[in-house]
Amino acid sequence: MARRIGIFVCHCGVNIAGVVDVERVAEELRSYPGVAFSTTYQYMCSEPGQNLIRQKIEEENLDAVIIAACSPAMHEETFRNVCKDYFNAYRCEMANIREQCSWVHDGEEATEKAIKIIKATIEKLRGNEDLMPILVPVEKKCLVIGGGIAGIQAALDIADAGYKVILVEKEASIGGRMAQLSETFPTLDCSQCILTPKMVAVARHPNIKLMAYSEIIDISGYIGNFDVKILKKPRYVDEVACTVCGDCEDACPVIVPNEFDMEKKPRKAIYIPFPQAVPSTYTIDREACLGLAPLTCAQCKEACEANAIDYDMQPKIIEEKVGAIIVATGYDLYDKNKLVEYGYGEDDDIITSLEFERMLSASGPTGGHIIKPSTGETPKKVVFIQCAGSRDVQHMPYCSSICCMYTAKHALLYKHHVPDGEAYIFYIDIRATGKGYEEFITRVMEEERINYIRGKVAKIFREGDKIVVWGVDTLTGKKVEIKADLVVLAMAIVGKKETRELAKLLKVATDEGRFLKESHPKLKPVEALSRGIYFAGCAQAPKDIPAAVAQASAAASKVLAIFAKDKLEKDPLVAVVDEEHCSGCGVCISVCPYGAMTWQNGKAKCIEALCEGCGTCAAACPSNNIEMRNYKDEQIEKMLEVII
Amino acid sequence: MNYKNFEPKIIAFLCNWCAYAGADMAGTSRLKYPANVVPIKVMCSGRIDPEFVIDAFEKGADGVFIGGCHPGDCHYVNGNIRTRRRVAMMKKLLEQMGINPRRLRLEWISATEGAKFAKVMEEFVNEIREIGPLRRK
Repeated sequence: MARRIGIFVCHCGVNIAGVVDVERVAEELRSYPGVAFSTTYQYMCSEPGQNLIRQKIEEENLDAVIIAACSPAMHEETFRNVCKDYFNAYRCEMANIREQCSWVHDGEEATEKAIKIIKATIEKLRGNEDLMPILVPVEKKCLVIGGGIAGIQAALDIADAGYKVILVEKEASIGGRMAQLSETFPTLDCSQCILTPKMVAVARHPNIKLMAYSEIIDISGYIGNFDVKILKKPRYVDEVACTVCGDCEDACPVIVPNEFDMEKKPRKAIYIPFPQAVPSTYTIDREACLGLAPLTCAQCKEACEANAIDYDMQPKIIEEKVGAIIVATGYDLYDKNKLVEYGYGEDDDIITSLEFERMLSASGPTGGHIIKPSTGETPKKVVFIQCAGSRDVQHMPYCSSICCMYTAKHALLYKHHVPDGEAYIFYIDIRATGKGYEEFITRVMEEERINYIRGKVAKIFREGDKIVVWGVDTLTGKKVEIKADLVVLAMAIVGKKETRELAKLLKVATDEGRFLKESHPKLKPVEALSRGIYFAGCAQAPKDIPAAVAQASAAASKVLAIFAKDKLEKDPLVAVVDEEHCSGCGVCISVCPYGAMTWQNGKAKCIEALCEGCGTCAAACPSNNIEMRNYKDEQIEKMLEVII
Repeated sequence: MNYKNFEPKIIAFLCNWCAYAGADMAGTSRLKYPANVVPIKVMCSGRIDPEFVIDAFEKGADGVFIGGCHPGDCHYVNGNIRTRRRVAMMKKLLEQMGINPRRLRLEWISATEGAKFAKVMEEFVNEIREIGPLRRK
């Protein structure tokens, strides 16, 4: 194979060259067996850098190249695309001397390690075969998980482009968190008014199959060909037949708290979470209903003129094949019971930001009136506490990104409702980086006469009918004590609690905040490491509505790029059985997670379209008769040799 | 004997999806760890044939590290679980061969756990330094 290898060592500005002696690296490798040429350049990925590679391949008659630079996760594709004009893509390998060398080591030892890494890569390269990608068909249908604003936007974008979408929502209605909000910063437009038309558009779109009150229970396959199992939970009400007249609700004798209203408003066991819910139908809460198990109550069924209620409805498992998946599962608030310093948030008059949001909503528990929950009176002094659980190593170390803005909105709306009330906001810093955000904060601070106090609250406790807030104003250095009627905690945002389970099905990593790990934090912020899976909204990181919508459209455009092709290229790094020497023991068949290993004439055979290239079979084969293409035993042994 | 000045040679087999990405994350976060560890990327920790480990020791490695995805997170369904079983078996084998089984270490490192990767590398290098070189001249 490769007989004239070219080595291109990247400086990456000072990122590599500032630590690793790149000239010495290039010099030392020049005399290594098989190396015909070696050089360095400041930015190998730049246009002149890529041209340098092209020029040297031609001038030096190179038949393979190694780019010693950043992680292959970053630029392997870039450099292989350059090389494709001259030879097979697998004649180009990257040696990672940045993320795994210059960024983590210092001095002489970094240079030594860089040389070792490159030498090992040369050995790998020499064993590489020329391979062409395997072509697989694409199922031009997208699964969107989560029906909040991000999921809705992504579904509409893809459906509008003419492709089929399955939108799966766990709750009884789509709409997500945005449906719970009163008004949105910084323009103060009504959340419902801008969201509900989109919800209706989803329900009416001929290309969208809406599956609300459903959950994903299994995902397998790969880009272009995912197999998904969806559990459709029984509503016990026929979605189509239900006319939403409300007679059933009036008849139902069971009263439970409504989750949509943060459990601050009652609902019946047969309910619609909010009037504009989509799909527009009632649902029976299985846990609360009396009629389902022992037939003691059937009052709703008797009341229903449309005959839509069916107590015998069963859960259904629906199997779908999709080509791409968008995850838009949204967020939960951090558990306020973990905030010891704020009295675990257990007092009625200490509420979370979402509870306050529902209070502000005209359709919320108080009909849009701001009250002191313990007495029902109008609170004359309200303390808003930002970063409750955020930017705190005891809780969540990151910034939840939207709290500065919505707290300003909350304080402003409070002043509009209670003009003679006093509002205090405790903050660490004000982060208002979006368009029109800083202007909004300025308006709140100056025109609305809100008292901004820079500092953290140390303790909150009840004293009679007041909530006492102790804090420090770090600008004056003085202690602050406020006897408040109501305290609103701007709770940290964390990924939805079901995200971890779903992430396991998707083979996507999650971080401490249960946020999904993207492929690259800057250049691939909507892609998962596994191809064909994309993220939108707060499932990936805390973000505001415009950012969630933008990310959703970005994810949709990635999916459309896949659907624009009839065949997708699949990595040809598959297993190959040496049939002549195979003993037919079948161990590989039993370990393969994809069923890619099968019997043929008493011997094992690999079906390339199914093989994902993990190599478990190669490691398990007792007679060493399975090789992984371009990750051969021989290659790994040679790599070991040069490293040690 | 004092091996304090000895520089262990350590091979780290890292799976492409979790541990290798975690090692990249350690880099992106500029978390320093000893340069004794040289990575070899494999697609899955399940690819690691016990022979590679034996081979590494035979060729002169003082320690072998295997990094895979957390249980349940494997990109290839359950390759990491097989690795866990193989590592348990290999540790027994190493003991029979007179090689301290602590020289082989398996850790689950996700793509977000750059800090864990750096910490584990630091720990492992120190541990091997304490155990001493595999070959004592």
